[in-house]
Amino acid sequence: MDAQEAFRQEVREWLQANCPESMRKPPVREEQVWAGRNQSFPSEDAKIWFERMRDKGWTVPEWPREYGGGGLDESQCKILKEEMKALGCRAPLLDLGIWMLGPALLEYGSEEQKKEHLPNITAGKIRWCQGYSEPGAGSDLASLQCKAEDKGDHFLVNGTKIWTTNADKSDWIFCLVRTDPNVKKQEGISFLLIDMASEGVSVSPIELISGESEFCQTFFDNVKVPKKNLVAELNKGWSVAKALLKHERKLMSETQDNAGPNISPVMAAEHYVGKDANGKIVDHALRDQLTQHEMKFRALGLTHFRSFEERVAGVGEGTIPMIMKYVGTESSKSKEELLLALMGTQALGWEGEAFTSDELLVTRGWLFSKALSIAGGSSEVQLNIIAKRVLGLPD
Amino acid sequence: MPLVLNEEQRLLKDTASEFLNSQAPVDALRKLRDNKDELGYDQPLWQQMVELGWAGITLPEAYGGLDFGFMGLGAVIEESGRRLTASPLFSSVVLGASAIILGGSEQQKQALLPAIASGETSLALALEESSHHRPTLISTSAEKDGDNYRLSGSKVSVIDGASAEQLIVVARTSGKNGETNGISLFLVDGKAEGLTRSRRWMADSRAVADVSLEGVSVSADSVIGEVDKGWEILDATLDRGRICLAAEMLGGVLECFERTVAYLKEREQFGVKIGSFQALKHRAAHMYTEIELAKSVVLDAFSAIDEGRADLGQMASLAKATLNDVFYLVSNEAVQMHGGIGVTDELEIGFFLKRSRMAIQLLGDSGFHRDRYASLSGY
Repeated sequence: MDAQEAFRQEVREWLQANCPESMRKPPVREEQVWAGRNQSFPSEDAKIWFERMRDKGWTVPEWPREYGGGGLDESQCKILKEEMKALGCRAPLLDLGIWMLGPALLEYGSEEQKKEHLPNITAGKIRWCQGYSEPGAGSDLASLQCKAEDKGDHFLVNGTKIWTTNADKSDWIFCLVRTDPNVKKQEGISFLLIDMASEGVSVSPIELISGESEFCQTFFDNVKVPKKNLVAELNKGWSVAKALLKHERKLMSETQDNAGPNISPVMAAEHYVGKDANGKIVDHALRDQLTQHEMKFRALGLTHFRSFEERVAGVGEGTIPMIMKYVGTESSKSKEELLLALMGTQALGWEGEAFTSDELLVTRGWLFSKALSIAGGSSEVQLNIIAKRVLGLPD
Repeated sequence: MPLVLNEEQRLLKDTASEFLNSQAPVDALRKLRDNKDELGYDQPLWQQMVELGWAGITLPEAYGGLDFGFMGLGAVIEESGRRLTASPLFSSVVLGASAIILGGSEQQKQALLPAIASGETSLALALEESSHHRPTLISTSAEKDGDNYRLSGSKVSVIDGASAEQLIVVARTSGKNGETNGISLFLVDGKAEGLTRSRRWMADSRAVADVSLEGVSVSADSVIGEVDKGWEILDATLDRGRICLAAEMLGGVLECFERTVAYLKEREQFGVKIGSFQALKHRAAHMYTEIELAKSVVLDAFSAIDEGRADLGQMASLAKATLNDVFYLVSNEAVQMHGGIGVTDELEIGFFLKRSRMAIQLLGDSGFHRDRYASLSGY
């Protein structure tokens, strides 16, 4: 048995022995375990699962062991992911620190910053949010205005960030701030870590068409931030941001772990449209729409896999990651529209007894999905990037 | 399920590319067309391909083949698709030889496979009876006549039907039109009495023929597989055909797309390169994403053949439907983005446009394959 197979065996056995039965299915929204100073667990099992994975270093398996990670390489991480998926294990811990800030610190942070912040992420002690967009700086992120003035031993931050996901539940925020207003816009931006408990920080949730208020506006009113919270050099924050956007897009292109409604398009077609005596969906147009989606979905999965294979084999041009945010989010949106088409008015309920909780989740999910092609770099921006960096089309 | 070519396969692809660049650029097809070449392909070119071993890539070593697998053949076919190369590789090796390998008797294998690998003989599958791909709508009848069978009926658009040495004729020995039961496969000599073949001149300039059978007599051992039970062999053969055709189409897609992007970078209007216009950038970028998805699908489909996977049928329908749609899009956009010259005969894009639509119709359009995919998936 080779090393990889041995590792897989080891992982499988450990998961079998350590993942509580109730943790072997995707969590509904309320059951998700997030990091935080006020961390709470929906059940004893969730707490046990988190603690065991944390102690094993598997809340963030790909990070170095010295920061509380698992020290696993890419192939090992893939094996762990596969084995967790096979057993149905949910992620033990969720946090932007894992997906976004951590990678930034690993690449650009000082050793002190890594020692201060990474262990708190792997141990789930601190919850992070992202302060990028502003009311006047969305697609044109580089035009951001929230400023950080050098006051000797600290920065003084004034301004506002918008679309900060879960800012009202977060402990720290990583922000792009303007530290030089007199140069080309990308060259006057710094990457600053701010404690949300600092004096002068306030948060206001924004209600979306889906009824959720995950996104917030965050206000900074003369907030004092220690100099040591500057990541990378002064005015070099844009490079850090660009590196992180790649991670955010990768994240958005992969299917989420959390439980959406328990309705797949095929199930929806069977239940709400119906099949004939030969087992065919009776509405031919909807059947064709369903098939188009299923085919696209399969092609997407194969492309994810091909990207991984190319990386491992060291072949190909590595361009697949550049298309995945666009194709992934557009495909997710079409899936929601397909569910609506298949479920008819049962997918258009807002609340109440006439609808099952799954049906209501479909409605909300469809509405929220409109954000997918806008957030994290809109589809239009993605196409611009592909045109420029992959196809080399001129400015 | 490898979705990347291994080193040997990459080498084969590169060799094919170099060879075809010098021996069979798109201009070769233009010449065949302008000369109204009866054969429909260049015999010396085909000989060279045979010498390179292409006709034996998927044939078993025991019968003179290379046992190199369909992934390798797919790479060669993709390169031919880039250049719209006309040859009997598809008709004889992909369709013909596959049917023999999948369902032929030992005798048939010995008689035909080494000869196909060496280019000495050629096969063509005579299936269609209408203007769409309808593999179960078979009216051509095969009546038992002592120890023989008498075949009567008409076949249309048989790929390389007029030039092939032998035909594999799909006929009905029992059952009703539309049923899979009762379909049988017969080997018929191209010069058999009662058989007439005539070249049908298509917009894509590739050779297909109409075949008429009037009481063509064949012996019992010309049946491939068992009487009434030809469907499984036929379906598996068609799936290999669909996937290989998808590979050819992928080649055409890539060539069209690359030429179009090159044109966007070169053509100037209003003092700038037209590639700087955002509308064109977005359409080109969108096409790129569709092409990348299509590549993944074709690669996995070839893996499905080589690994004998149970989902081969689904993968064949996925590959063909995907390439149908992508080639349709890319060929249309290629013409449009080239502006005025896009509709001239001089520009080679027109050849790709024409081939795209024929390739879409051969072995199943998207409606056919989405229906099939859904049925195979249980909905």
